[in-house]
Amino acid sequence: MSEPIPDTILAVDHLSMRFGGIVAVNDLSFVAGTRQITALIGPNGAGKTTVFNCITGFYKPTGGRLRLTREGAAEIALERLNDFRISKQAKVARTFQNIRLFPGMTALENLMVAQHNALMLASGFTFLGLIGVPSYRAAEKRAIDLSKFWLQRIGLLDRADDAAGNLPYGDQRRLEIARAMCTEPALLCLDEPAAGLNARESASLSELLLSIRNEQGTSILLIEHDMSVVMEISDHVVVMDYGVKIAEGSPQHVRDDPKVIAAYLGADEEEAIAVMESGT
Amino acid sequence: MTAAAPDKSPATRAPGIPYILKKALISAAVALVLFSLMIGIRTEAGPTGQLIYWTRFGELFSLVAAVFGGSIVIELARQWLGPPGTRQLIPSSVQSGLAFAGQFAAPALLIFALLVPVIFYNQRYILDLSILVLTYVMLGWGLNVVVGLAGLLDLGYVAFYAVGAYSYALLATSFGWSFWVCLPLAGILASLWGVMLGFPVLRLRGDYLAIVTLAFGEIIRLVIINWASLTGGPNGVSGIPRPTLFGIPLTPGEDGLAAKLGIPFSPTHRIVFLFYIILALALLTNWVTIRLRRLPIGRAWEALREDEVACRALGINTTTTKLTAFATGAMFGGFAGAFFATRQGFISPESFTFQESALVLAIVVLGGMGSQLGVALAAIAMIGGFELFRGLEQYRMLVFGVAMVLLMIWRPRGLIGHRAPTVYLKQAQAISSDLVKEGHG
Repeated sequence: MSEPIPDTILAVDHLSMRFGGIVAVNDLSFVAGTRQITALIGPNGAGKTTVFNCITGFYKPTGGRLRLTREGAAEIALERLNDFRISKQAKVARTFQNIRLFPGMTALENLMVAQHNALMLASGFTFLGLIGVPSYRAAEKRAIDLSKFWLQRIGLLDRADDAAGNLPYGDQRRLEIARAMCTEPALLCLDEPAAGLNARESASLSELLLSIRNEQGTSILLIEHDMSVVMEISDHVVVMDYGVKIAEGSPQHVRDDPKVIAAYLGADEEEAIAVMESGT
Repeated sequence: MTAAAPDKSPATRAPGIPYILKKALISAAVALVLFSLMIGIRTEAGPTGQLIYWTRFGELFSLVAAVFGGSIVIELARQWLGPPGTRQLIPSSVQSGLAFAGQFAAPALLIFALLVPVIFYNQRYILDLSILVLTYVMLGWGLNVVVGLAGLLDLGYVAFYAVGAYSYALLATSFGWSFWVCLPLAGILASLWGVMLGFPVLRLRGDYLAIVTLAFGEIIRLVIINWASLTGGPNGVSGIPRPTLFGIPLTPGEDGLAAKLGIPFSPTHRIVFLFYIILALALLTNWVTIRLRRLPIGRAWEALREDEVACRALGINTTTTKLTAFATGAMFGGFAGAFFATRQGFISPESFTFQESALVLAIVVLGGMGSQLGVALAAIAMIGGFELFRGLEQYRMLVFGVAMVLLMIWRPRGLIGHRAPTVYLKQAQAISSDLVKEGHG
């Protein structure tokens, strides 16, 4: 590697998001390390998904900055890009809390759609592809190979030609991750990937995410409620409650933080204050 | 005995005579309310313009009695057949046989289409009808790109048909350009209008998109009517040149094709020539659409129909994807329009009413959204059906409407409801229509 790898891939700087009078995210700052798994946790309604929607361009933040620093690329201000450009130019991919596959298309087709931008270029914006030039055919074959690689990784190679909507729930979750990975992202944002999975499926998900970080070198930002997954794979944990960051650090550090315990156990006000004071 | 009868059969299947009678009475009451004004009272303008009316209670009561009796019969039949879905109406052997035959339907249809002018050479009526059917097949295939693949409900497709027709008519009559030069121009102009329609409706979905496209179709028609200095207004454009075969006209004169070939002239030559032009255009539409489906743009269209949010998350530019769908569909509409103009030799705004849009949309929906073969079959059934029932005069639309309702109950996702994957590793499996989304805008 000639160029130094930047330490942080994503720096969230004083991010705020208001919907009318409701403050969903208030002055949130944290960083996600390159080739690290950063988990964003917190009780329901803490504003985690809102942060995700700001990062992936589905919302325009009311205030603050989101800086993405990729290996060998200039720093990108994500808050200035909108929807599809985040994925296309900044190489940030995401999955959704409620699975958003293309149910009427096969597993393979889902992965091919994810490689749209690369294939569009190869097909000469359709015109060369229409007459079937050999370079496009080669590019399509490479795209199929990449899809096959990811289907193999998630153990769905046998079901490549099945409609995505026909796959079991756990397979759909993994397919959505594979689809996001087919865009060859630098940062992968996963919104509750373990939701609805059983213990065995959660364990295999952890394995998959670790291998994505180690083998592909993709940085991962993760929202998750399943603490076994979070504790097992995260390098860094950010805890949110009511739109603000209440703690941050290594999984062990966060687990023992009294403020985090208070937020999760739903302690009443005095107790919480007492816990917070004793904590600080 | 009657009281004991319901106990013998399962309780779920036999609700009993009081239930049946109650249901029949309700149906009869609804029929009475509906028909009392529609059938019961007949109004007409009298000789001096006053209103005269008379009653037809006999007909009214016979209809209500028919509804009452029919309701009982249907209810009994339902009990006899059992709840829906428990039995297969068609045995599996017949179904697999149908699937086997289905593989050969498309090639057989194509060969038949190629042979139509040979088989029906002396039947001008059938040749004309086939040209009409093929025009609608082409329009259906064109609209299928927008509605079936991209899932964008377009109620103003006739606008592009009109743009194509007027483009050719005006270019040919003003500059004397030949059909083959104007054909691509008509397609390009129509697709430009497709993009122009696309821009304002990008943010709209579902019903709102449908309303705006509907309005767009009407705007084009009204502009054509009112811009009389260019389009001739309601009088239309006449004297549109006929297509030539590499510059050789199909006329009885000295330099006509018949004279050059040394065969006796027949007006059927031109009809056959037109038939093959529209067949070639329709097949071109089909070929391009099939190719496009397997290209990234086609997959993006279908992905857009399935889930627009996910498309954006994958870095697909939904704006250009929608615009290309509109432009492609419009281009085929423009080709069909240019052909229509050259076939008719005369066009006027009357040919481009909303009814045409509705008919083409009905063909696409009836055929099974996204299915090329389904659209072709639906066009044959719709346009052919129109002609078949022509003898029934006023009942034609009624029969037709009932047939469509029944078909939609029987096959809610169209004649060919399943989707074929665009790429596969081992085996292409048809995807059930239950999984495929219709798109929402």
